[in-house]
Amino acid sequence: MLEMKGITKIYNPGTVQELCIFQDFSLSIETGGFVSVVGSNGSGKTSMLNLICGSICPDGGSILIDERDITREKEFRRARYIGRVYQNPALGTCPSMTILENLSLADHKGQKQGLRAGTDRNRVQGYRDLLAPLGLGLENMLQSKVGTLSGGQRQALALLMSTMTPISFLILDEHTAALDPKTADIIMDLTDRIVREKHLTAIMVTHNLRYAVQYGNRLIMMHQGKAVLDQAGADKENVDIDGLLRLFNEISIECGN
Amino acid sequence: MSIILNTLEQGLIYAIMAMGVLITYSILDFPDLSVDGTFPLGAAVSAVMIVNGHSPVLALCLAAAAGAIAGLLTGLVHVRLKVRDLFSGIIMMTALYAVNMHIAAGSLTMGRANLTFFNTPRQMKYVTIFDNNGLVNAFPEFLRPYSTLIIVLAIVLLVKLLLDLFLKTRAGYLLRAVGDNETVVTSLAQDKGNIKIMGLVIANAFVALSGAVLCQQQHTFEISMGTGSIAMALASVIIGLNLFGRLSFVKGTTAAIIGSIIYKACVALAIQAGVPSSDMKLVTAFLFLIILSISGVQRKKAKLHA
Repeated sequence: MLEMKGITKIYNPGTVQELCIFQDFSLSIETGGFVSVVGSNGSGKTSMLNLICGSICPDGGSILIDERDITREKEFRRARYIGRVYQNPALGTCPSMTILENLSLADHKGQKQGLRAGTDRNRVQGYRDLLAPLGLGLENMLQSKVGTLSGGQRQALALLMSTMTPISFLILDEHTAALDPKTADIIMDLTDRIVREKHLTAIMVTHNLRYAVQYGNRLIMMHQGKAVLDQAGADKENVDIDGLLRLFNEISIECGN
Repeated sequence: MSIILNTLEQGLIYAIMAMGVLITYSILDFPDLSVDGTFPLGAAVSAVMIVNGHSPVLALCLAAAAGAIAGLLTGLVHVRLKVRDLFSGIIMMTALYAVNMHIAAGSLTMGRANLTFFNTPRQMKYVTIFDNNGLVNAFPEFLRPYSTLIIVLAIVLLVKLLLDLFLKTRAGYLLRAVGDNETVVTSLAQDKGNIKIMGLVIANAFVALSGAVLCQQQHTFEISMGTGSIAMALASVIIGLNLFGRLSFVKGTTAAIIGSIIYKACVALAIQAGVPSSDMKLVTAFLFLIILSISGVQRKKAKLHA
């Protein structure tokens, strides 16, 4: 169970650019839930993910995981149990290192590092088996530098890397937004499969309303730092794209867009 | 012939520094100016040890350790005190100037800008690794004139081998990753600050070792020997990476070593052409400028946002 309690977050406090993203924002996510989050730009979606991952610190309130307060825990420490995939495929991988080296890095996450061999030869076949089902041919390019791959290939690799070791949470930050529609579908299917197989708690921010409706068991629409729509289980089944779009437009008109 | 020999010796000695700068500039993407201070630091430590009659090998080890500590401090200033990378190096470089003076003076009371320790033909008073009789005499007669070159080559190859091996360890992977994409390192549950510090420690140990070897070969320490060393090392690394970087079978370390030799060859040519020694730093600056403008090196960070 992930809980955000009474979160307040203000950017640039005390200046003319002061921007209040959250005022007493609370949200709890059940273990094993797959939450889709939609909302217009500036509604606080990515800020929410940054707060959960520890990239930014709240000005008030607390964040708890299974009753444990992680509000002050450093980002790299939270990464032991949180995996994250970014919108920009370049952020999840190391471009000047090979596919094999990138997978080795991810494979050794959470272990002692030191002077042991960077790549474990015995694991190479395991990496191939992991890449083969993607159907992108990556299993035959282990020695290629990741910087030479396409955005879709890199994003698939980033998704695999972030979920290779046992984690509890998967944070997806518009991770299909920079991909072409077909590749986005492939990545989305892969995401769904990984979340199911590994029983992860997933939070997915997306601008693709079809994905938001199709995937996950809970749907949240954010607006001005609040969840204006929150449907789970059977209620979520009744949400369709048209209804979602209508609500989206209503909110946007309120804002004068 | 002696010019070629001298160029090779010098190129190889400076190659150790180039490999250090390869770590900070190319792998870590950190503009580390503390190099201008750690190079003479290694020389100063080495000179004082030799003058006081200590083992020349121990002198090299201690010089490298001193460089490592300086690198650690640069890293701590940058990571823990959150000072920008460029400024951390400048602070360390400036502070080391005075520290080097004190070390060369052998006491903390008065500064000394230079320290020479030439042996007279009759008396081998100051023993460096290059006139260590036991080692040099072990060479067969026809190799004797090349003993300095061979010893330097051995040190360079040892350092290169160690660095190549290190870059294949888990810690080495993380070092490469942090320069490539910090976000990945954080998501691997590693503190990226500690890894940067580790890189600076290793790099500055190499730089100080390079200064120490040069000091023993030249039998002299001079406070100004560090000035422009970062330009020299960067020029070497950039020459090497531009000529060989695209060839996947040439490692970065090899490229840096060859780059350093090519650089020293250019300097030797300038001297042959009659450039006075007082203008050598001008040659350094001019060569660096030419190399940068030809190779079109731009900020590395730009590619992430491409």
